[in-house]
This record gives sequence, C-alpha cells and structure tokens, in this order.
Amino acid sequence: MTHLRTPIRDLIDEIARLYAGHPVSTAETFADFHVSIAPPMRLRRWFRPKAQFLVDGIEPFNALPLDQALPMFEWGLNWCVANYANHFLILHAAVIEKGGRAAIMPGAPGSGKSTLAAGLAHRGWRLLSDELTLISLGDGRSIFGLARPVSLKNESIDVMRRFAAAATMSRVVHDTVKGSVALLKPPADSIARVAEPALPAWIVFPKYLSGLPALLEPKPKAAIMIEMAKNAFNYSVHGARGFAILADIVDACACYKFTYADLNEAVEIFDRLEPRH
Amino acid sequence: MPTSTKPWRSSIAWNRATDRVPALADAVPLQRTMHGAEAPSSRLQLRDALHSLHRRGAVAVQDWDLLIRQARRAGLLARLGHEMADAGLLRSVPAEPRRYLEGECILAEKHARDVRWEVRQIKAALAEMGAPIVLLKGAAYTLAGLPPARGRLFTDIDIMVPFESLGEVEAALRRAGWDSGDITPYDERYYRRWMHQIPPMTHALRGTAIDVHHTIVARTARHRLNARKLFDAAVSVPGDPVLRTLAPADMILHSATHLLNEGEFERGLRDIDDLHLLFRHFGADPEFWPLLLDRAAELDLRRALYYAMRYARCFLGTPIPEDVANSARLEPPGTALRAVMDRLFDRALRPAHASCRDAFSRVALLLLYMRGHLLLMPPHILVPHLLRKAVRGKPKEPAPRPGLGDPF
Repeated sequence: MTHLRTPIRDLIDEIARLYAGHPVSTAETFADFHVSIAPPMRLRRWFRPKAQFLVDGIEPFNALPLDQALPMFEWGLNWCVANYANHFLILHAAVIEKGGRAAIMPGAPGSGKSTLAAGLAHRGWRLLSDELTLISLGDGRSIFGLARPVSLKNESIDVMRRFAAAATMSRVVHDTVKGSVALLKPPADSIARVAEPALPAWIVFPKYLSGLPALLEPKPKAAIMIEMAKNAFNYSVHGARGFAILADIVDACACYKFTYADLNEAVEIFDRLEPRH
Repeated sequence: MPTSTKPWRSSIAWNRATDRVPALADAVPLQRTMHGAEAPSSRLQLRDALHSLHRRGAVAVQDWDLLIRQARRAGLLARLGHEMADAGLLRSVPAEPRRYLEGECILAEKHARDVRWEVRQIKAALAEMGAPIVLLKGAAYTLAGLPPARGRLFTDIDIMVPFESLGEVEAALRRAGWDSGDITPYDERYYRRWMHQIPPMTHALRGTAIDVHHTIVARTARHRLNARKLFDAAVSVPGDPVLRTLAPADMILHSATHLLNEGEFERGLRDIDDLHLLFRHFGADPEFWPLLLDRAAELDLRRALYYAMRYARCFLGTPIPEDVANSARLEPPGTALRAVMDRLFDRALRPAHASCRDAFSRVALLLLYMRGHLLLMPPHILVPHLLRKAVRGKPKEPAPRPGLGDPF
C-alpha cells in the first residue's frame, strides 16, 4: 500500500486510469511508503517546471521535468521497494506465473524483459512484476508480486500496442533518461491475484534480437548463479542466507537463455516450458 | 485520544511487569511540561516508545504507520526492532510494520559485517606504522560489542590517530585506495587548520568513507583538551592487539560533546539514545559515576556531560543517580538558561521527520546551530566562515546508505 500526495492533475488522472483495478483505501491504512510528488518550492516553478519525488521527506534522486512525473512515480516506487523491503531477497528481474510456477527473467535494461513479461501476461500468464522479483525469506522460495504497470520503452511501446490492442496504456513520455516511456496497465487477473505467491520453476535470460527465430537454449547453472547475484538489489544485504536461497532457487529451476524477435513465437515457446523434475 | 478499531492503529498496551523502579522522579514531570499533556500524543511516538521500552514498561502504540516512518528517518528502525524483541513484544506487532522492523535488522547486520571488514582493511593499510589506532563512535561500539552497536546503520568509519602521525596515516591510506576527492582549497584549509579531523576520505573502489581524527573537539573550540590524555587512557579492543577504543568515560564525553556542542541534529534522537545505552551499560558499576565526573572536569567537558545526562534521563528515562546528574561539580547552568536549553534540545532531540516538528522547531535548530558554531570557533574565524558557507553552500558530505548503488 502506498500513500501518494500530489497536486499534479495529469499524474492523478494517469494513476486513476492505470491503477483503476487496484484496491483503494479511503481510511488511513498502514502504508508501506508515503510519497509526495510536487513541484519543488523554487523559482524554477514557472520556468521549465519540475517535479520532485519525496519519500517521507527524503529525495532519493534529483527532480525531473514535470512532464515525467508518471515514470518518476514508478521509478521512485521501485527505489523504495529495492531500498526498504529488506524482508525480501530482491532480484532485478521480471517474473510471471502459470499454474503456480514462476518464470524469473533477469536481464539488463534494454534486454526486452519488460516487453516479454507484458506480452506473456496478455497471453495467459500472470504478471508478478516486470522489474522486481521478491523472494520470501520465510521459506526461501515463494515469490511475491506487485502487479504494477509495466514500464515500456521506445520501440516496445508500439509492439505492445499492436500485440495487446485492448490494454490500457498511459500517454507516451518522451526524452526521459531511458528514451520514450509508456506504462501499461496489467491484466485484471494479475491485479486480482497479487497476494498469491508462486514457486520458481524456470530462470530465463531474455534478449531481444531482431530478425531471428526465437531460440531457447539451456544455460549452465554456475553462470546463472553469478548473473543472478549480479542482478540482485540486496543480495549482499542477506549475506550467507542470500547465497543459500539463491543457490537453492537456481538448483530447483530449469535455466535458459532466450533470444526472440517476435512475441507470438515467444508465447508458443513459453507455453511448452516444462518444470524441471 | 479517540480509540480506533483498526489493528495497525490499535493502542496495544503491553503490560509487562515493571521489573525496574520507574527511573527518576524528576524526569517525568519535566517531560510533561516540555511536550505538554495536551500536546498531540502522536507527535513523539518514537521517543515515547523508546522511553517506555528502556524502562521495561508498557508500550502503547497509537499509530504504527507513523512510528515506522519516524524510526526510519531517525535511523532507529532496527534498534526499535531489537528493543521490542528483547522485551518479548515483537511477535505482537501487526505483520505489516513488523516486516519493516525485521528487514531493517537484517540491513543493520549487513552494516556490522561491512564495518568489521572495513576495519580490517584499515588495520592492514596502517599495519606498518605502529601508531595506535583508536576507533571512535559506531565502529568502536561494534568492535567492542557495546549496546549502541545493535541495529546501527553506518555512513562512515571514524578513527583517531596521534596528531604527529597524521601525515603518515593519510599517506598510507592513500596508498591503500582512500582519497579525499575533489575538495576546494578553502575546505581543505578549513579542516586542516581548524578541525579535529582531516577531510573525509572515500575508498576509490568500495566507496566507503573514513574520517581520520586527531582529537575529539575542534582545534579552535573553546574547550581545548590535551589529546594525549585520550590516547593514554584508551583501552584495547578485546582480542585485538592493535585496535583501541576510548576509555568508557571518554567515550561518553566524546559522544556528549559531539551531540550537544556541535549544532547538527539530523540524528539527534539516535545520538541521545546511544548516550542512554552507554550510561546504562557503564553505569551498572556504581564506581563508574565518580570517575565520569572527574574526567569531565579534567577534560573541561562538564556542561556537555550535564546536558547529556539531563536529556537522556528526561527523554529516555536513563537510570543515572540523582546526585550525579545534578552534581555541583558539573557547574550546571542557571535556571533561566536551563529553561531555554530544555526547550531548544527538546526540538533537536527528535526524529528529523515532519510529524515531529512544531512551530518552534526551525528557530530552535537555527539557534543550536549558531551556538554550535560559537562554541566551535571564535567570531573572527566564524563570521567569514558562515558568510562563505551561506554563499557557496556546505562542504560536500559523503554519499549516504553504503552498499546500494542506484538501481535504476
């Protein structure tokens, strides 16, 4: 639960659209983060106006142009989760689920993991997150989701418009640090089942490569382990326990690298994935 | 207080048998006058909760949401978690706030591991010199296993070496990868001529910060003290032939002068809570108190000790004998000055969270900031320095929250 305070009309409208399916609390519930997004109190207010992200009075990064308030809200929330939710082991990976089994998809920015997660979420998979994989420290296995909007960048915005024409998307914000960004509302089923954990079954490192047929290749576990550790937000926070949890997960999963150019082909291949026995 | 039915807001009155006599008669009335019986009781959730926990009394939490926010901002979230666990209360905390208490305890464990590792690196870098290395503040608490170590988050490591070894120490640290980075010639001079430390150094690869001190008060401060005395009294870290910490009394006096005389209160509540824990730990031995009073007189830090004891008792219920806390040997301030300082420090020793501010907070912090600078340096140095700071901004601080880069 996040408590947001903002005077920015445009941001309120966009959030109302993207988060329409999420529960809203009118009472004063316990909020994980208290966020404010507002123009900073400076002279700049009228000249090239900016918006500032504050979580309980702390400004984790510099103000951005007012126009970028929506992507900033999402990046800011990611920052909050990555820095404050140390009761999870947090990987920098998209994660989707089918039949209680989760596919963890780590990958560098630009690898196409958000697009792949969004595409699969519109073809029968459930979206947990396109950015943050939260692993419970309780059993060291259960993965929890956030069901927040997917952050689409540049070409993938049009790809998803064609692939899921009915889905709700924010307006496109240009010239951010990541280029053009639009946010895609998750399917209703993903939102409704957000509290339902999933067990890891596959680790897939995706890579978008245009003009080639989709290809799923096994990847050695030792290399996967190292990549996963590099792609974790708070792996070092958890010390030996973090290592043990990650090693167990890598052991339990079938591990692949996956190159794709076309989402329909990707869906076919993912639907044929078998959990490792 | 209107009662609410929501679980996260419920007044959980933990009635644990009070196994300790409520600390001191004087502490309670003062607290009442200072933040008033009619003041909104939600404002000082954290300070009040710590006060109750320290006295092993019942803890009533009206608003978990606000308590967690205040504690996070004060850098006390993990300590709050540990205190609650000690009191057997953690399991009765509602699940949502509890996971943040537990998560922060995990983060604090990581910081403790990192500090031990970093201290080993510092030791290795300075191994050939043979000069004593005295750990200060957090690193000292952690390596010596003292109570303020638990649940502590670090931004840097403080060490103290003799003034005459400074050049050699600095060169050795540079060879091992630490550097003071881009610093203006003015700041460089400011540190070297006037301060009790050299400019902060950051490790080029690990990004960890180290402050190298040669004494515990600024060279210009009104209270001068002979650093030799601190080194002579320093005690060994158990099981380590090289590392030392300040002697118990000096450790408290350092913490007191740092908090009450330097005018920066971003971590004010955390620091007075450190003092509370040190008083309680060392004061368990009744022999300690006369030693502490003697040392405060010897090092000319009487007033800082007086205020430290007064506010630790008053805000956190620290068990300090009445005759020690009000000893005439500390040359306590007159009642008028004391009344003013009570009001100022009440504001300063709160979490730096918006919910803890009142109409007087801004003025109080400004006055204490000015007082800190007046104690630090004589006016002919101070005035040009403050003017320059007003125009150019403060010297750069090392980056906060080590260990986590910008993820996005």
